[in-house]
Amino acid sequence: MSDAMPQAATPSLADNVLGMAKRLGMSVLPFAVVIALWQFASLFFPRFLFPSLIDVFWRCIDIFSTGSMFADVLATVFRILAGLAGAFIVGGLLALLMVRSRAIDRFLSPILSLFQGIPALSWVVFAIIWFHGVEFRIFFIMVMTTLPSFTFQVLGALRAMSRDLMEMVFSFRPTRMKLFRVMIAPAILPDILTAWKVNLGNASRVVVVAELVGATGGVGYELLQQQQLFDMAGALAWTLQLVFFVLIVQGILTLIENTAFRYRAVSERVI
Amino acid sequence: MRDIVTPNDAAIHLDHVSKVFGKPGSSGAYRAVDNINLDVRPGQMLAILGKTGCGKSTIFNMIAGLTEPTTGTVRVDGRDPFADFDSFRGKMAIVFQSDRLLPWRSAIQNVELGLEMLDTPVAERRAAAQHWLTKLGLGGHENDYPHALSGGMRQRVSIARAFATNANIMLCDEPFSALDESTAGRLRAEFVRLVKENGKTAVFITHSISEALEIGDRIVVLKRPAMIAYDVSFDTATDQQQRELIRSRIGEVLAA
Ligand SMILES: Nc1ncnc2c1ncn2[C@@H]1O[C@H](COP(=O)(O)OP(=O)(O)OP(=O)(O)O)[C@@H](O)[C@H]1O
Ligand SMILES: [Mg+2]
Repeated sequence: MSDAMPQAATPSLADNVLGMAKRLGMSVLPFAVVIALWQFASLFFPRFLFPSLIDVFWRCIDIFSTGSMFADVLATVFRILAGLAGAFIVGGLLALLMVRSRAIDRFLSPILSLFQGIPALSWVVFAIIWFHGVEFRIFFIMVMTTLPSFTFQVLGALRAMSRDLMEMVFSFRPTRMKLFRVMIAPAILPDILTAWKVNLGNASRVVVVAELVGATGGVGYELLQQQQLFDMAGALAWTLQLVFFVLIVQGILTLIENTAFRYRAVSERVI
Repeated sequence: MRDIVTPNDAAIHLDHVSKVFGKPGSSGAYRAVDNINLDVRPGQMLAILGKTGCGKSTIFNMIAGLTEPTTGTVRVDGRDPFADFDSFRGKMAIVFQSDRLLPWRSAIQNVELGLEMLDTPVAERRAAAQHWLTKLGLGGHENDYPHALSGGMRQRVSIARAFATNANIMLCDEPFSALDESTAGRLRAEFVRLVKENGKTAVFITHSISEALEIGDRIVVLKRPAMIAYDVSFDTATDQQQRELIRSRIGEVLAA
C-alpha cells in the first residue's frame, strides 16, 4: 500500500490535465446531450418545428453583430437587473423592519404571501391599467414578482444569524453602521447571493411576459415577432440570449462565492 | 474579612437582582438568579465560583449589559449597563465561555474587532493585535481563519481580542477552561499581573476552586438558583494555612 501512496500524494502534470479535462467534460456533457437530441430531431422533422442548430447558431451571431438587435438584448438585461435591484433594496429594507418588530412582521408577512400567489400575467394586466410609461410598467412588474421571495430570503438570513456572535459584537458597543458592516452584512451575504441566483432565474422568465405591456424592443418583443412569423430558429435564438445572460450572471455569482467564502470550513466527508 | 463598599464607589453594584427566564409568573418560568446583592470595589479581582447551571453566565450577561435583570438594579461605574449601553464603549472587555470568533475574519482581524469599534487607526490596531497574538503564543497564525485553529487556539484569540481593547473592566467567563493546565497556568499568572498592573477591575467566572484561589482576591460562591452562599476576601498577607481553610470551606459550601 505504501508503494502506491507517493504517486497519489503528488499528482503528475498528466493527471492534472486529465482531471481538468474530465471536469470540463462533465460540465459540458448535459448540454451536449440536449444539443445532440435536438439536432437528431431536426433530421426527421420539418424546419419550422425543429430547425437545425446550425441555423440557430447563425441567428445568434446575427443578433450579436447587429446593433439594433443587440440593443434589444441589452434592454431586457437592463430591465431584469433593474427589477432585481429594486426588489432587493425594498425587500432588504422590509426584512430589516420585520426582524426588528414582531408587529410589522405579522402585518407584512401575509401581504407578501398573498403577492406570491398572484401570477406574473395578472401584474401585467394591473400595470397596464394603472400606469402609463412602458419602462415603469415593466419595472413595477419585475419588482412585484420578485419582492416576496427576496424579502423572505433576507428575513430568513437575518433570523438565522448566530445570537452568540451578535452578542459578542454588541459587547463592544458598535454603532449601527459598524454592526452592519462587521456582523450583519458578512453573516447574511451567502444567503443573499443564493437569493440573487434563485431570483435571477425567476426574473428572466418573468421579463418576457412583462415586455408584453407594449414594449417596442427587448427579447420579449422579438419573441412575439418570431411567433407571428412562425420562425422557430429565431425564437430559439432569442430564447438563448436570455439563457446565456442567466448563465453568465450565475457564473459571476459563483465566482464571488468561491472567493468571498474561502473562510468556510469544508468537511472532507461529503453529505 | 467582608468588604464594606458603598454603592457609589463600587465599580460593579448589584442590588436585589433577580433574573427569571420565560414569562414571569407562567409555568415555564425559571428563576436563574435569585435576589443577589454584590458590590465589587474598583481594582478588585472577583472570582465567582459555582456548579454548572447555577446562573454564573446569567449574572455575567447582566453585568455586561446583554441581559436585563427581571427585578433589581445593576450599576457599572454608576451607570446602567443595559439602558446606557453605548456609554460603555471601550470600558468593558469580555471573554466569553465559548470563543465566539467571527468565522469570516482571520485571527488578527478578530483581535482587531474591539479597536475597530473605538476607531483606532489601522496601523495602531494592527500593532496592538499583533502584540497580543504573539503574547498568547499565536505568532505565525495571524492570517489563519478560525476553522483552521484548534479549540484552545481559538480561545486564546478571543482572550487577545478582549485584552487588546485595554478596557478598565474585565469580564471573563471561564476563559481558560478549554486550555491544558500548563498553558492555563501561564495565562492565569499573566492575567493576574495585567489586571494588577493596570488597576483593572475583573470579574472572573470559574468552576475550579484552585483557579479561583489563584486569581481572585475575593471569592463568591453561588448556589442554585444563583444566590450567594459564601463570600470571602483575602490578599497576599493571607498565608497558606488560611488559604487551605478557605479551600475546604468552599468545598463544604459547594457540597452542601
Ligand atoms: N436564555 C435562556 N432562556 C431560558 N433559560 C435560560 C437561559 N439562559 C440560561 N437559562 C437557564 O438559567 C440557568 C443558569 O444558566 P447559566 O448559563 O447562567 O449557568 P452557568 O452557571 O453559567 O453554568 P455553566 O457553568 O455550565 O456555564 C440554567 O439552568 C439555564 O437553563
Ligand atoms: Mg456559563
